[in-house]
Amino acid sequence: MSDTHAQTVAFVRETEIPPSPPPAMEAGAVKWVRENLFSGWFNTIMTLVALYIIIRIVIGVFPWFFNGVWDAGSIRECRDILQGTTGACFAVLVDRWDHLLFGFNYPQDAYWRPTLAFVLLIVAAMPALFYMYIPSKFLIGTALYPFLAYWLLWGGSLWVPIAVLAAIILTGVVFRLVEGMTVSTRTVVAGIVGLAAGVGLAYLLYLGAQELWFISTSVGQAGLFGTIMSLVFKLCSVFTYVFFIPMGIFVGYAIYQSASDGGLVTVVTSLIAISVMMLYGVGPVSSVLNGIIPIELEAVESRQMGGFMLCMMLGAVCVSLSIPLGIVLALGRQSDMPLIKGVCVVFIEFVRGVPLITLLFVANVMLAYFFPPGSGLDLFLRVVIMITMFSAAYIAEVIRGGLAALPKGQYEAADSLGLNYTQATRLIILPQALKISIPGIVNVAVGLFKDTTLVSVISMFDIVGMIRGPIQQSTDWISIYWEPYLFAATCFFIVCYSISQYSQWLERQLQTDHH
Amino acid sequence: MKKSVFFGALATAAMAAGVAGASTLDEVKARGTLNCGVTTGVPGFAEPDANGVWQGFDVAVCRAVAAAVLSDPNAVEFVPTTGKTRFTALASGEIDMLARNTTWTFSRDVDLKFEFTGVNYYDGQGFMAPADLGVTSAKELDGATVCIQTGTTTELNLADFFRSNGISYEPVPIETGAEAVQQYNAGACDVYTTDASALAAQRANFEDPTAHVIMPEIISKEPLGPLVRHGDNEWADIVRWTLNALITAEELGVTSANLDELAAGSDNPEINRLLGTEGDLGGMLGLDSDWAERAIGVAGNYGEVFEKNIGESTPIGLARGLNAQWTEGGLLYSPPFR
Amino acid sequence: MTTLADQPVTASSGSFKLSMLLNDTRYRSLTFQFIALVAIIAFMAFVGGNLVRNLTEAGLNISYAFLGEPSGYDINQRPIEYDSQSSHGRAALVGLLNTLIVAFLACVTATIFGVIAGVLRLSNNWIVSKLMSFYVEIFRNVPVLIWILIIFSVMINVAPSPRDFRGDDPAASMWLFDTVAVTNRGVYLPKPVWGDGSMIVLAVFAASIIGIFAFRNYARKQLFDHGRMVPVFWPSIGLFFIPAILTQLVLGNPITLSYPSLQGFNFRGGITILGSLIALWFALAIYTGAFIAENVRAGIQAISKGQTEAAGALGLRPNRIMSLVVLPQALRVIIPPLISQYLNITKNSSLAIAVGYMDVTGTLGGITLLQTGRAIETILLLMAFYLTVSLLISFFMNIFNNRMKLQER
Repeated sequence: MSDTHAQTVAFVRETEIPPSPPPAMEAGAVKWVRENLFSGWFNTIMTLVALYIIIRIVIGVFPWFFNGVWDAGSIRECRDILQGTTGACFAVLVDRWDHLLFGFNYPQDAYWRPTLAFVLLIVAAMPALFYMYIPSKFLIGTALYPFLAYWLLWGGSLWVPIAVLAAIILTGVVFRLVEGMTVSTRTVVAGIVGLAAGVGLAYLLYLGAQELWFISTSVGQAGLFGTIMSLVFKLCSVFTYVFFIPMGIFVGYAIYQSASDGGLVTVVTSLIAISVMMLYGVGPVSSVLNGIIPIELEAVESRQMGGFMLCMMLGAVCVSLSIPLGIVLALGRQSDMPLIKGVCVVFIEFVRGVPLITLLFVANVMLAYFFPPGSGLDLFLRVVIMITMFSAAYIAEVIRGGLAALPKGQYEAADSLGLNYTQATRLIILPQALKISIPGIVNVAVGLFKDTTLVSVISMFDIVGMIRGPIQQSTDWISIYWEPYLFAATCFFIVCYSISQYSQWLERQLQTDHH
Repeated sequence: MKKSVFFGALATAAMAAGVAGASTLDEVKARGTLNCGVTTGVPGFAEPDANGVWQGFDVAVCRAVAAAVLSDPNAVEFVPTTGKTRFTALASGEIDMLARNTTWTFSRDVDLKFEFTGVNYYDGQGFMAPADLGVTSAKELDGATVCIQTGTTTELNLADFFRSNGISYEPVPIETGAEAVQQYNAGACDVYTTDASALAAQRANFEDPTAHVIMPEIISKEPLGPLVRHGDNEWADIVRWTLNALITAEELGVTSANLDELAAGSDNPEINRLLGTEGDLGGMLGLDSDWAERAIGVAGNYGEVFEKNIGESTPIGLARGLNAQWTEGGLLYSPPFR
Repeated sequence: MTTLADQPVTASSGSFKLSMLLNDTRYRSLTFQFIALVAIIAFMAFVGGNLVRNLTEAGLNISYAFLGEPSGYDINQRPIEYDSQSSHGRAALVGLLNTLIVAFLACVTATIFGVIAGVLRLSNNWIVSKLMSFYVEIFRNVPVLIWILIIFSVMINVAPSPRDFRGDDPAASMWLFDTVAVTNRGVYLPKPVWGDGSMIVLAVFAASIIGIFAFRNYARKQLFDHGRMVPVFWPSIGLFFIPAILTQLVLGNPITLSYPSLQGFNFRGGITILGSLIALWFALAIYTGAFIAENVRAGIQAISKGQTEAAGALGLRPNRIMSLVVLPQALRVIIPPLISQYLNITKNSSLAIAVGYMDVTGTLGGITLLQTGRAIETILLLMAFYLTVSLLISFFMNIFNNRMKLQER
C-alpha cells in the first residue's frame, strides 16, 4: 500500500499507532521495584539492609527447620541423628505433645474432653463475635457453653452444671414472677422478704461487729501501728454494733416500701432465691438425679490441668468474669457518690499500679489467709480470683473511655425521657459505650491471655511451666530450649494474632456505622 | 460448682466464729487422698515420669504414709512446690505434708512453726565444676561465678563459706534446678552448688559425667526430711513413725520379699510389734494394726527404696554413706518400736 | 456519717419521712453510700477476721522486724554497697534500684526501637515496611515471658563462655581491639579510671555540651530573624569532641581506661553488664518496642494527610516533613499511650525472676521472702514499692504530657 502512494501523497496515517510498551524501567515489576525499593540512595540502602536481614534469617532458620528430627527418644538421640549438622530436634514436641497441651496430670483417656471443649468454644463464641451476621437466638448456645465446658473439663456428674443452670433459670422465673405480681400480692411478698432480709442482715452485721472486736483485740499488741489499727477496728466494731439493728430495720423497710414499684424487692427476692438454691438445692438435687440417671465423666481436679489448655482456661474464664466486674467498676468510677467513686478509683489504680506477678504471689501465698480456715480454695480458683481482679481493672478503664466518649446529649436525652439511673444505664448508655469499647476490651483480653503464662512462676504447669519444669528437667530432654519455646510462641501467636485481626476487622465494621 | 464453693465459703465465714480446724488425720481420711508437697522435679528424688506418674525417693515417703493411713499407696495427690511456695502451701493447709528435700533448720522448725518428723536423707552442700577447670578444692574458687538455686539454705551457706574463707564470688541465682544445669553446661557459671545428692543426680544426666568433678568439701549439714504443720502432734506422729518403720524394717531385715511371711508372725518380738502381730502400736497412732506392713509393702524398706531410686545401681549412683544404718557406720538410727 | 446514720432512728420527727431516704434524690445517694460503707466494713471484718484467726492458728504474727536483720545472701549487681551482712531492708533497696535500672534502660531502648519501627512501617519501601510489620506482629502476639526466656536461653547458649577465651588458640576473642568481651555471663566494657585533673576534662566536656545548645539556639535565631542558614551539624560534632579531647591531651591523659581482662575464672577490671540484665533489658525493649511502634504509627496516621501535602508544597524534603511537621504533632497523640507502655515496662521488669536478675521481686519478694518466711509482709511491701514507682512515673509523665499540650494553644 505504501508503495503505491509513496510518490504521490505525503504520508497520511490512517490508523492509530498501537501504544508502544512503556520503557522497561517504567513497567510492571521493574517499575514497582524501582519506585518502591530503589527510589533514592537512602531507600536503596534500606532495601539492601532489609534484604540482608531477611536472607540471614532464612539462612539461619531454614536448614535448622527442614533438617529437624521428628523421631527420637531423647536429645542425645537427636544429636546422634544430626551428627553435628544444624537441625532442630522437634522430637521433643512429638514425645511431650500431650504434656505441652494438657499438662502431665490430665487423665490420658480424657484428652478428647478439653479438645471438644476447645472446638465448642470456637463454635459458641461465633454468635457473640459475629453478632451482626448471626441471629441473636444462637446466643443461647453461647450462654449454655460455660456449663457444658465446666462439665467437660472438670468431669463429675452432668447434673451439677444442669442443676446450677436450673437454679439460674428458676431465679429468672422468680424475678419475672415478682415483677409481674399485682401490687397487693407483692406487698405481702415484700413484707416477708423484707423481714427475712432485715433480720438476716442484722444478724450478719452483728457477727461482723463481733469479728471486728475480735480483730481489734488481736492486733493491738504490736507497737504503735498495731495500736492504731486496733483503734480503727474498735471504732468500726462500735459503729457496727450501733447500727446493725437500724440497718436491718431500714433495709427491711426499704424492701417493703419498694412493693409499689417492684425494683428492690424483685432483686432481693431473686438474690435470696439463688443463694438458697446454690447452697442447699444444687448439691442434693444433682446427687439425687445422678442416683437415678447417672451421667458421669471421670472427675479431674484443677490441679491436674496444665499445658496450653490451662492458659486457654484461665484466659477464657478470667476475661468472661472480668467484663461484668469491669462494667461495675467503670460505672462506679463515673458515679457522683464520693465514697463509691473513691473505692472504685482506689481499687482500679491499685491493681493497675502493681505487676500481675505480685498479685499471683498474693494468690499463691496470701489469699489462703483471707478465707476461713479449711475453706479449701484450690490454687486454680485463687489464681482465677486474682487475674479476674487484675483484668477487671483494665477493662474498667477501657469502658470508662467508652462512657466518656458518649456525647453528653445521650445522658441528657435519657434523663429527659424520665428514665431512672438503672434504666438509662441499661438501655441507653451501656449498649453504646460497650460498642465503642469492644476493640479495647479485645486488646485487654489478648494481653491477659498472654499474661496467663506468668502462672508458671507460681509453680502451676501451664505451657511455659511445663517446658521450664518437667521437660527441661527430664533426663531425656535436659536443656532443650529452642524447640519447645518456639512451639509455645507459635501457639500463642496463632490465638493472639487471630483475635487481634478480628479486633481490627470489628473496628472497621464499627467505623462504617458512624459514617 | 465454683459458685457454690464460693457461696459455701461465704456462708462458712458467716458461721465460722471459732470453728477450729479438724485434725489432719480426719481430714485426710475424709478426703480419701493425701496431699503431699514435692519438688517440681529433681531426678531420683521426685520427678514425674513420661506417663505423669511421680517417682522418686521423696515420693516413696508420701506413698508410704498414704498406704499407712489410707491403705492405698496411690491415694496421693502430689502437689509440686517451688522453694517459694512450699512453706506457705504447708502452712495454709493446701498440703498435709511436705517431702521436698527440705533442710531441717532451727528457724524453720521454731520460727516458721513446722514440725520436722525425721530425716530421710543426710545431705550436705557440695560444689561441682568441669574437670578441665582444674579446680580441686572449693577454697580455690576465688572470683568464680557460682550457680545457686534461690530460696534454699544453700544460698546462705554459700555466702557464709566464702565470707569465712575470705574469698569472693559472683552468685547467679536461679529458680529451678533445670535452669541451673542449663547455665552450668553452657558455661554461664563456673561452679554449681547445691546438695551433694542433687549434684550427683544432675551429673548422672550429663552427656559425659566424668568431665565434671564434685569437690571434696561439704560445706554444710543438710538433714533433709519430711515436715508437717506445728501443733497437730497426732499427724506428726504418723508421718514420723511411718518413716521410722521404713528405717527399722531395714535394720530388722524386713524386706518386700519376706514381708508377707514375717507379717504372719515371727520369732523377733520387735518385728511382730512393727508388723502388728503383737501389741497395738497402730491403734495408738489412730490407725489399724497393719499400718506399717502396708507402708513397707509399697516399695520395701528404706534400703530398698534407696537402691531403687538413687542407689548405686541407678544412673544417679549415690553411695549409702551417712545414710547407712547405724549398725553399718551410718547415721540412720530409728527409735525402737516398743 | 454519724449525722446521716442518725436519720433512720430519728426519722419520725418533722417533715422528714423514712421513705425519703430511698425515694428522694437528695438523700438517696447518701443512703447508698452509707450502705456501701457498711458493706466495706463488713468485708473488712470478714477478711481481717479470717486473717487474724488463720495467723493465730498457724502461730504467726505480722512484724517488719526482719527488715533490720542481716540478710545472709549475696547479690550479684550492687548499685550501692551491700554484702551478706547487710540488712534485708538494704537488700530490698538494692533490688529496687536494680528494678529502676532495668526499667530505665528498657524504656529508652524500647522508645528507640518503637519510633524506628513505627516510622519505617509507614515507609514507601515495601520490603522494609513488611519487615517491620512482621517484627511488630511477631513480638506483640507472643507473651513477654516467653521472649525473655528465649532470649536468655539463646544468650547463654550462643555467646562464648569465659572459658573459650582461654588458651593459646581460644575459641572466642574479644571485640573492638580487645577492649570489649562478650560472654554468656555478660558484657565487659572498659571502665574509665578518674585520675588527677579528670574533673577539668569533665568540666570542659560539660561546657562544650552547653556550648552546643547555645550554638544551636544562635543558629535558629539567625534562621528565624535573618533567614540565614548557619551550618549546625558539623560544628556541633566538632564542639562535642574537640575541646574535651584537647584538654585530655594537654593535661596528659588524666582519664584512662581500665580494660577487662581474663583473670582467674572471669573477666575483671572494666564495667560488667550482667547477662541476666542484658536478656531482660533486650527482651523488654524489643517486646515493648513493638507496642510503641504501633502507637507511633497510629499517631502519625492521625495527622491529616493535608499536613504532609502542605509541607510538601512548601518544598520540604520527606525526612524534614517527618521531623519538622508530622512527628511534633504526632507526639501529642503518642505520649499518653507511651506513658502506659513505660508503666508496663516497669511492671514487666518483675519478670526478672525468670532469669535470675536481682530486682526487687528477686530480693524482697524472692530470697528475703524465702529465707524469713514472712510472706504477707514482703508481698505487701513489694506491692507498695511498685505502686509508688508506678504512681510517680505517671505523675511525672502527666506533667510532661500537660506541658506538651499547653504548647499547642
